[in-house]
Amino acid sequence: MIEARGLSKSFGKVQAVREVSFTARDGRITGLLGPNGAGKSTTLRMLCTVLQPDAGQALIDGHVVADEPIAARRLIGVLSHSSGLYPHLTGRENIAYFGELHGLARREALRRADELVEMLDLAECAQRKAKGFSQGQRLKTALARALVHAPRNLVLDEPTNGLDVMSVRSLRVLLDRLRDAGQCILFSSHVMQEVAMLCDDVVVIAHGTVVASGSPDELRARSGEDGLEDAFVKLIGSGEGLG
Amino acid sequence: MRGILTVFRKEFLENLRDRRTIFSALLFGPLFGPLFFVLMINIMQQQAETRDEQQVEVAVSGGAYAPNLLALFAERGITVKPVTLDEAGARRAIAAGDQRTVVVVPQEFPSRLAAGQPADISLYFDRSSEMGSSATNRVRDAVDDYGRHIAQSRLLLRGVDPTLLRPVVVKGIDVSTPKARAVLALGTLTFFVILAMLTGGLYLAIDSTAGERERGSLEALLTTPLPRSYLIYGKILATTAYMLLSLTVTLVALSIALQFTRLEDWGMSVDLSPRSVLAMVLLTAPLSLAGAGLMTIVASFTRSFREAQTYLSIVLMVPTLPLALVGLLDLKPTVAAMATPSLSQHFLMTRVLRGEWPQGWEILLSAGVSLALGLLLAWIAGRLYEREQILG
Repeated sequence: MIEARGLSKSFGKVQAVREVSFTARDGRITGLLGPNGAGKSTTLRMLCTVLQPDAGQALIDGHVVADEPIAARRLIGVLSHSSGLYPHLTGRENIAYFGELHGLARREALRRADELVEMLDLAECAQRKAKGFSQGQRLKTALARALVHAPRNLVLDEPTNGLDVMSVRSLRVLLDRLRDAGQCILFSSHVMQEVAMLCDDVVVIAHGTVVASGSPDELRARSGEDGLEDAFVKLIGSGEGLG
Repeated sequence: MRGILTVFRKEFLENLRDRRTIFSALLFGPLFGPLFFVLMINIMQQQAETRDEQQVEVAVSGGAYAPNLLALFAERGITVKPVTLDEAGARRAIAAGDQRTVVVVPQEFPSRLAAGQPADISLYFDRSSEMGSSATNRVRDAVDDYGRHIAQSRLLLRGVDPTLLRPVVVKGIDVSTPKARAVLALGTLTFFVILAMLTGGLYLAIDSTAGERERGSLEALLTTPLPRSYLIYGKILATTAYMLLSLTVTLVALSIALQFTRLEDWGMSVDLSPRSVLAMVLLTAPLSLAGAGLMTIVASFTRSFREAQTYLSIVLMVPTLPLALVGLLDLKPTVAAMATPSLSQHFLMTRVLRGEWPQGWEILLSAGVSLALGLLLAWIAGRLYEREQILG
């Protein structure tokens, strides 16, 4: 379970995130929806210990991130904005390296990498250098890397960016499978259709603060709009570009 | 601790597969220096030999007016080529490259000489031509001696001791041993060695900081439970390892390359036996940690690979460029010098090249200060990575 309690963060004079609170529960996919620059990435970075909140708390399975960053990192798998793989390592080595960084012995990390290669259907990337991977292969490898220590919680920052329809679909199948296994999944997106399709819960964020949350149906009902797109525009309170 | 080793092993192996790293660490840096050196020494030697063996030729106009001068030229192995040139003609001949040196003896020369008046002899030459200047010097020496002989004979005729004219006699005595002379010639050698060593870690230092950020893999790294400072320690260690590799390859290449020069013909010998190569590697190694730490810190502040490359190529000059000058100035190794990283390694290496062994305190001071600086820089780099601004 991932909890944000009144998280705030400023960079210089710019307040990026203001008192953001929400809960992403186990066995559910929670979507953080908002236009570009709304504060999604900053919020996720605070949740996964990369940034320190100015105020408020982030909790992973009850551990306060600021107090126990190492414990929190063990419980969370992160797929960051850019999936950055090491171009001269093979897919398998990329995955296993992070296993080792998470404290697995080398042999154990390689075994776990093989497991994930099978699970994510990555056989064609396993022995190849990451240099020539397609966008979809990069994403899957980065996802495997995030899962290498079998975390209970998974945070994905805009995972569908730049993916083709087929890759988005296979990602959806995968996330569904992880959700059904009882994991807590939190991901951000600025594309509403995606959120509507993938998520059980939606947290709408605009101008650094939470403007609405609930299931897609609830959000539609609350805004009085039928289509989710109209509901979204109404909720963020402007005709602001959705990117 | 195991985390540091994990990072170290990954960085080391990944970069072993990167052609760019291999090129700069193990090929370009280590081979460029020695090659340059052998070329330079061979050219210097060739020049010196041609200078000495060369038949110096001088064009003389109006030689008939000074037959004793022509005899002196012949005695000194200077070939006389009789020409007929006036002043303008002599200038043209030098400018066109037809002659290196032209001596013009004017028609009135014998009569002035006979009258005991100062008699002019003009010497035309081109000072900007290196090959010409040594030939010209020999001609000028001969003409000077010719004048001196005349003066001496005039004094003797008048019953005066000619030595009165030379109250001070300068005797130049070169006391440098052949080895020391070689070290002077090889003065810039340590510059190449240390430059090659630092260059060996250049790509790693960039790749593991600015590269990691540009690639987008840094954020993922920061979400692993490994303390951030350990990450950077592992990276610095890998950078250090590449520097040591580079250092070893450079010195080995140098000891092989110098076999293709004929320093012995010059009465020079440089000790680059396997034993002294090993000693030089060990004496210089402590500097690598400081180099790796410095480069990592500077690269951490840059936003991209390209930017890092620009800054680091400047940073590289800081510990190396002074060595190129120190080697030529032949400074003495004081305590302060031995406590200065890079400078102290220069002196230690120079000692070994001379076939001497550095003293114990020198080795300890040099290694101690360099290692301490390296540890300090590594610690600073670690602290830098604890800050969240490091994400850029």
